[in-house]
Amino acid sequence: MSVESGFDPKIVAFMCNWCTYAGADNAGVARMESPHNILAVRVMCSGRVSPEMVIRAFRSGADGVLVMGCHIGDCHYAAGNHRTAKRMPLLRNLLGYVGINPERMELAWVSAGEAPRFVEVTQAFTKKIRNLGPLAQEVTE
Amino acid sequence: MMDAGRHPRIKLMTCSEVVAVSGYMGNYRATIRTKPRYIREDLCVGCLQCIDACVFKKPRFPDEFNMGLGLRKPVYLPFPQATPQVPLIDPENCLQLKTGKCKQGCAEKCERKAVDFEQKEKIQEVQVGTIIVATGFKTVDPHKVPYYGYGKYPNVYTALEAERLVSASGPTEGEVILRDGRKPETVGIIHCVGSRDEKTNRWCSRVCCMYSLKLAHLIREHSGAKIYNFYIDMRTPGKGYEEFYNKLLEEGVQFIRGRVAEVTDWAVKPGEEGKLILRVEDTMIGQVRRIPVDMVVLSTGLESQPDAAKVSALFGLSRSADGFFAEAHPKLRPVETNTDGVFLAGCAQGPRDVPDAVAHAGAAASMAIALLNKGEVTIAPTTAKVVREKCVGCGDCLPVCPYTAISRVEGKAEVNAALCKGCGTCVATCPSGAIEGLHFTDEQLVAQIEGVLT
Ligand code: FES
Repeated sequence: MSVESGFDPKIVAFMCNWCTYAGADNAGVARMESPHNILAVRVMCSGRVSPEMVIRAFRSGADGVLVMGCHIGDCHYAAGNHRTAKRMPLLRNLLGYVGINPERMELAWVSAGEAPRFVEVTQAFTKKIRNLGPLAQEVTE
Repeated sequence: MMDAGRHPRIKLMTCSEVVAVSGYMGNYRATIRTKPRYIREDLCVGCLQCIDACVFKKPRFPDEFNMGLGLRKPVYLPFPQATPQVPLIDPENCLQLKTGKCKQGCAEKCERKAVDFEQKEKIQEVQVGTIIVATGFKTVDPHKVPYYGYGKYPNVYTALEAERLVSASGPTEGEVILRDGRKPETVGIIHCVGSRDEKTNRWCSRVCCMYSLKLAHLIREHSGAKIYNFYIDMRTPGKGYEEFYNKLLEEGVQFIRGRVAEVTDWAVKPGEEGKLILRVEDTMIGQVRRIPVDMVVLSTGLESQPDAAKVSALFGLSRSADGFFAEAHPKLRPVETNTDGVFLAGCAQGPRDVPDAVAHAGAAASMAIALLNKGEVTIAPTTAKVVREKCVGCGDCLPVCPYTAISRVEGKAEVNAALCKGCGTCVATCPSGAIEGLHFTDEQLVAQIEGVLT
């Protein structure tokens, strides 16, 4: 994709198997356009995403990380995403200390039936990361 | 019901409730509390002579089965087909149990010495493989729709009360006699009370149209009254149901399409004095009408039991937005729940009529038996596993597990694979990295992250 800035971000998106992954699938089936920058990593539940995994993604070269799961109350495992909901904002607050703009990480709930929302969320996030520029540049600055 | 009571492989525990459940599919332990009946089931033969011998010569207390329309004694058989055929004593009203001063006519009369005022509440534990939750429903409290005048006008009945009135074994032996002793000449049956209504419950309770038609037919047959049915839509799905509706149309039962606005006793026109007046827009002719009747029947809808939250916590069930217990899949797994080995039957899962409830219960029973007969279960390979050497026994994983699959064994965490569903929340929580999410291990995820980024 040719972008004016020449920067094409890489975004790791953790998606839970039951809601968001299915939602992303449905977006594809419906031929909706979602950004190619989104690199899916499937987990069984958003509760599986440890803060360490998010950091690992940044360290391996991601410019942004999205953690996505079922809406609160809809988690396939009843309350897995309650943990995510507590964990991720905490991690977000700490990212600044390691020199990562907290804006580079986001938590979003997308259900299996919300293909349009999946597209919306990923497009908006990609745009945001594109404006922020590459992470490598930010960290070395 | 009687057959179930007699079956050698079915143990019926009446007056009992489950107070605690532990374990997992195939290995449940249920703690059951049995309230005293004050009559010993093992001795009683059901001759019912105790009831005649009670010091209360006449029945005095409202009979729950007859919706309070009839009376009973403190020692009573709840209803004619009650299983087991053993009476019980109501401690709130029994003189002996309340004051300790009574001639004890019942105990004296009983040849089998089955009356036992000393009976105490009993707690016992049973081991079961599977559980079927069939706790049923509750009808909507008609006081929630105050504009229909239930409780204010004595001749406004709920459908269940009306059903007792037309029942041959009911308090009036099937004669339709109003609370004021009159016989009704005109009867209005209001459908969808507490159903399909923004103010109460939004859902269609599914059985009300048909039972309203049944009541219309029976009241007409038993009293010769003129019947009006007020409906929003007639819903008659089911074998023979539409035919029954057509039969009623031919019988001359009146059907008025429109939701009744209110029931009052304000007579403004001649012929309305002493009657209940239903104000309704007849949407078929586009006119507001006033219809005077002698008796109003409210076809109350179905909702979940008031203790559904407690039951759902007990068995780890989820509930749908309407409050009924949620099935594992609305179309493909209608009797299973998200807790393995726990099944749903009947209206506990949602409103349904008798044939559907029987079919649903049959399905639940077969699934429960099939699971037990297999003797072993297949589980998904994606469970969590504790690496004992790494576990420091902090216990952080215990509260995060939604399935209580983790327990502490000899100071270290252990995952019960039969309970674990593999969400991985404990894996992400473990500060020592001692839990592996099989097929989603840290190494696998890191490899995947690195893979997508290159
Ligand atoms: S399964 Fe989707 S967040 Fe738990």
